[in-house]
Amino acid sequence: MEPKCKVELVNITKRFGKVVANDNINLTINGGEVLCLLGENGSGKTTLMNMLSGIYMPDNGHILKNGEEIRIHSPKDAFSHGIGMIHQHFKLVDVLTVAENIVLGLNERGRLDRTAICQRVSEICQKYGFDLDPNSKIYDLSVSQKQTVEIVKVLYRGAEILILDEPTAVLTPQETDRLFDVLRNMRADGKAIILITHKLHEVLAISDKVAVLRKGAYIGTVNTADATAQSLTDMMVGHSVSLNIDRPLPVDPMPRLKIEGLTCVDNLGIKRLDGVSFTAMGGEILGVAGIAGSGQRELLEAITGLYPVQSGSIRFTPKEGAESELVGKTPAQIRKAGVAMAFVPEDRLGMGLVGSMGMTGNMMLRSWKNGRGFLLHRKEPTALATKIMDELEVVTPGISTPVRRLSGGNVQKVLVGREIASSPSVLLTAYAVRGLDINTSYTIYNLLTEQKMQGVAVVYIGEDLDVLLELCDRILVLCGGKVSGIVDARKATKEEIGLLMTQVQGGEVNA
Amino acid sequence: MEGILAFITTLFVFSVVNGTPLLFGTLGEILTEKSGNLNLGVEGIMFMGGAAGLGGAFYYEKFVGPQNAVSLVGLLIAIACAFLVGALAALLFSFLTITLRANQNVTGLALTIFGTGAGQFMGEYMRVQEGGYISIVQKAAFESSPFPAFLRDIPVLGPILFQHSLLTYIGIVLALGMAFFLNKTRKGLYLRSVGESPSTADAAGINVTRYKYFATVIGGGISAIGGMAYITGIAGGVWNHEGLSGVGWLAVALVIFCLWKPTSAIWGSFLFGCLQILYLRLELPFIPAQIYKILPYVVTLLVLILSSIRNNREKQPPASLGLPYFREER
Repeated sequence: MEPKCKVELVNITKRFGKVVANDNINLTINGGEVLCLLGENGSGKTTLMNMLSGIYMPDNGHILKNGEEIRIHSPKDAFSHGIGMIHQHFKLVDVLTVAENIVLGLNERGRLDRTAICQRVSEICQKYGFDLDPNSKIYDLSVSQKQTVEIVKVLYRGAEILILDEPTAVLTPQETDRLFDVLRNMRADGKAIILITHKLHEVLAISDKVAVLRKGAYIGTVNTADATAQSLTDMMVGHSVSLNIDRPLPVDPMPRLKIEGLTCVDNLGIKRLDGVSFTAMGGEILGVAGIAGSGQRELLEAITGLYPVQSGSIRFTPKEGAESELVGKTPAQIRKAGVAMAFVPEDRLGMGLVGSMGMTGNMMLRSWKNGRGFLLHRKEPTALATKIMDELEVVTPGISTPVRRLSGGNVQKVLVGREIASSPSVLLTAYAVRGLDINTSYTIYNLLTEQKMQGVAVVYIGEDLDVLLELCDRILVLCGGKVSGIVDARKATKEEIGLLMTQVQGGEVNA
Repeated sequence: MEGILAFITTLFVFSVVNGTPLLFGTLGEILTEKSGNLNLGVEGIMFMGGAAGLGGAFYYEKFVGPQNAVSLVGLLIAIACAFLVGALAALLFSFLTITLRANQNVTGLALTIFGTGAGQFMGEYMRVQEGGYISIVQKAAFESSPFPAFLRDIPVLGPILFQHSLLTYIGIVLALGMAFFLNKTRKGLYLRSVGESPSTADAAGINVTRYKYFATVIGGGISAIGGMAYITGIAGGVWNHEGLSGVGWLAVALVIFCLWKPTSAIWGSFLFGCLQILYLRLELPFIPAQIYKILPYVVTLLVLILSSIRNNREKQPPASLGLPYFREER
C-alpha cells in the first residue's frame, strides 16, 4: 500500500471584506480516514475547502502536506498536490462524453486516445465499484451518475485527498448508500476523504472524525465513535445568545393559511416539499427554520403560485371574506387575494426589485395593473415611495435614485416596505435580514412585529436560530422538504431546533 | 437531357465559385463561436480582408513588375495580408469582449460598421491613388484549377471535382482540418469545452482567456480570407465594394445553418452560393430577383426552427455562446 499522506491546515484565516469567513482554523486529515466537516450554513466549511482546492487563497496560515508547506494558487496546483474537490454544482460539459470530461484540462502529451482513456476510466470504476459508461454523454446521465463522473475525474488525476461538498444533497437514500460504499472502498485504499455536510446521521454513519465549524470559527475535532447526535448538535449551534427582541403575545390568533399535504417536485424529479402541513395564524409570526435548501424557497413559491404544486391544498382565509383554495391560482390572483411575499435572495436585487429603477418605479412594479389608460400615473407610487422613505428611514438621495445604489439594508427596507404597503393578510418573508447590520435588522423585526399586531399572518424564513427563537411565536422546522417539527418558540431551545433541522423524519437519528 | 446536365454542371461550378468566400467566412466564424465568442463583425472583417488581400497582391505585382510577378506568390501574399488584417480586427474584438468584457453583440456590430468603412476606405484610396483603376494582372492562381488538364476534361466529373480554383480546395482542406482539430485533438476538445462551459474549463485548469483569444483571432483571420476570395475570385481582381456587402451576414447565417460543423460548412456554403446566383441562372416569370436573394435567410430560418423543435442536444449552439466569462462570478 502507498504511504499514507497527511494534510494539515495551520491557522488558516480568510476574510471577505469585513466578514471573517474562516478564523484561525487548524485541521488535520490523514490518508485512510473520512473526516466530516460539520457546520450550519455560513459557518465557513466551503470557504475553507475552497482554499484547499485552490479557488481561494488564505489571508493567513499555511497548508502542509506530509510536513512540508505547499502553496495552492489554482485548482491546477491542487491537482498537482493530489487534492481534488467535488463541488456541489457539477462542473461538467453536457455535450461531451464521460471520458472527454474526465480528461479535460489534463496536461497529457500526444494524441487524444479515446480507447485508452475509456479503459483507464473503466479500471477506476471497477476498482472502487462505480457503475459508469465512459462513452455516454453527460446530458443522458442522472444526477448521481454525474456526481460519479466528478469523483472519477478526481481519481483519474491521481488524487489522494478528496473533498466532497455536500455530496448527498442531490442523492436519494439508496444512491447515498452506494456513494458511502464507494467512499469506504476509497478509504480502504488509503485515500483521505473530507466530507462537507450538515446531516448528522450521515456523519455518524460514515466518518472517522468530525470537525465542527461555527460562524467561521473552529470549534473542535472529535472522534465519531465518541460523539452522539446531541453532542454534535451542541457543538454546531452553540449556546443561545439573548437578543432582546420585543415580542408581544399574539392577539386573537385565527387561521389565515391552512396548508395540508403540500408536495412539490422539481424538474429532476426530486421531491422539494414532501407532505408539508401547517397552519399560519393571523396575529403571530411563524418562523421557518431549516438548513438551506430544505425546501424553504419552494414553500414560499408554492404558496404564492410561482412553484408548481403536485398535490396538497393551501386554504386561505382573508381578513374579510370566505376561505378559498390557492392551489391552481395564478400568482397575480394570489397576490390580489392578500398574500404578499418579500423574498430576499442571495443577490438582493435578483427577485423583487429592479436595480436600475428608482423607488417610485419599483413601487409601480406592484401597482401597474391598477392603472388605467396609456400613460403612467406616478402620483400614488411617488407618495408611497416617499412614505416608505420617511417611515422606514431609508437613506437615499431621493426616491428617484436607482435602488442599486442604495446600501443592502436600505434595499431590504424598500422591499419589505412595499410588501407591507399592500396591507396583506399574509406576509411571507425570506432572509429578510440577510447581510444587514444589527440596527437595521431590528428595524425589520419591529416592522414584522407591527404587522403581526395588526392581525397579519407573518411567515419568517430565517437562518439565525437566535433570532427565530426570539422573534417568532411558533417555529416550523423543515428538513429535506419535510416538516420535522413545529415548536413553541417561547419554550423551545436552540439544541432542540438544531436537532430537528438535521433529522430526517422517520427517525434515522434518535437523540 | 444533355441540356439539363450541362445546366446543372454549370450551376454547380458557379455555386462553388460563389460559395468559396462564404466557406472561409463561415469556417472562421465557426472557430470563433466554438470558443463561445459571437463575433458579429464578420461582415466588416471580410470587407477589410477583401481590401487588404487585393492591396497585397496588387502592390506585390507593382513592386516586381506585372510581367515578372508569379501568380502563386501573389495569392499567398493576398492570403497573408487578408489573414493579418482580419486577425488584427478580431484581436480588437477579443480585447474588448474578453479582456474588457464588453457586450459581444454591440462590439460585433460596431466592428461591422467600422470594418465596412475601413475596407471601403482602403479599397477606394488604393483605387484613386493608382489612377482610378486597380486590378491584378497575374490571375492564374486566383482563378484556375491546380489540377492537370486531363482530370479537368473528364466529362461532368471534371468540372464538378477538378475545375475549381485553388482557394476552394484550400477552403475544403481547412474545413476538414478544422473538423479533425475540433473532434479528434486534445486542444480541440478543450476549445469546445471553453465554448460550452468556461467555468468548467477554468476549474479543470484550462486557460479560458487564451483559448478564446486564439480561436477568435485565428477565426477572424480565416473569415477575412473569404473577403479576399470574393474580390479576387468573383469580382475579378478589381476593387468592388458593392458585391461584398451582405456576404459576412450570410456567413453568420451559414454557421447556424450548418449547426457549427466545419464539414457541413463545405456543402452549406456551396448551397448558399447556389441560392445567391440562382436568379441569374434560373429565371422564372413574375418572380423578382429579390425573392431569390432572400432564399439563404429563409433556409437558415427553417434550419433554426427545425433544430429548435427537434431539440437534439448535439445540434445546439455552444452553450455559452455570446456570454462573457468572469471567473469571480462563480
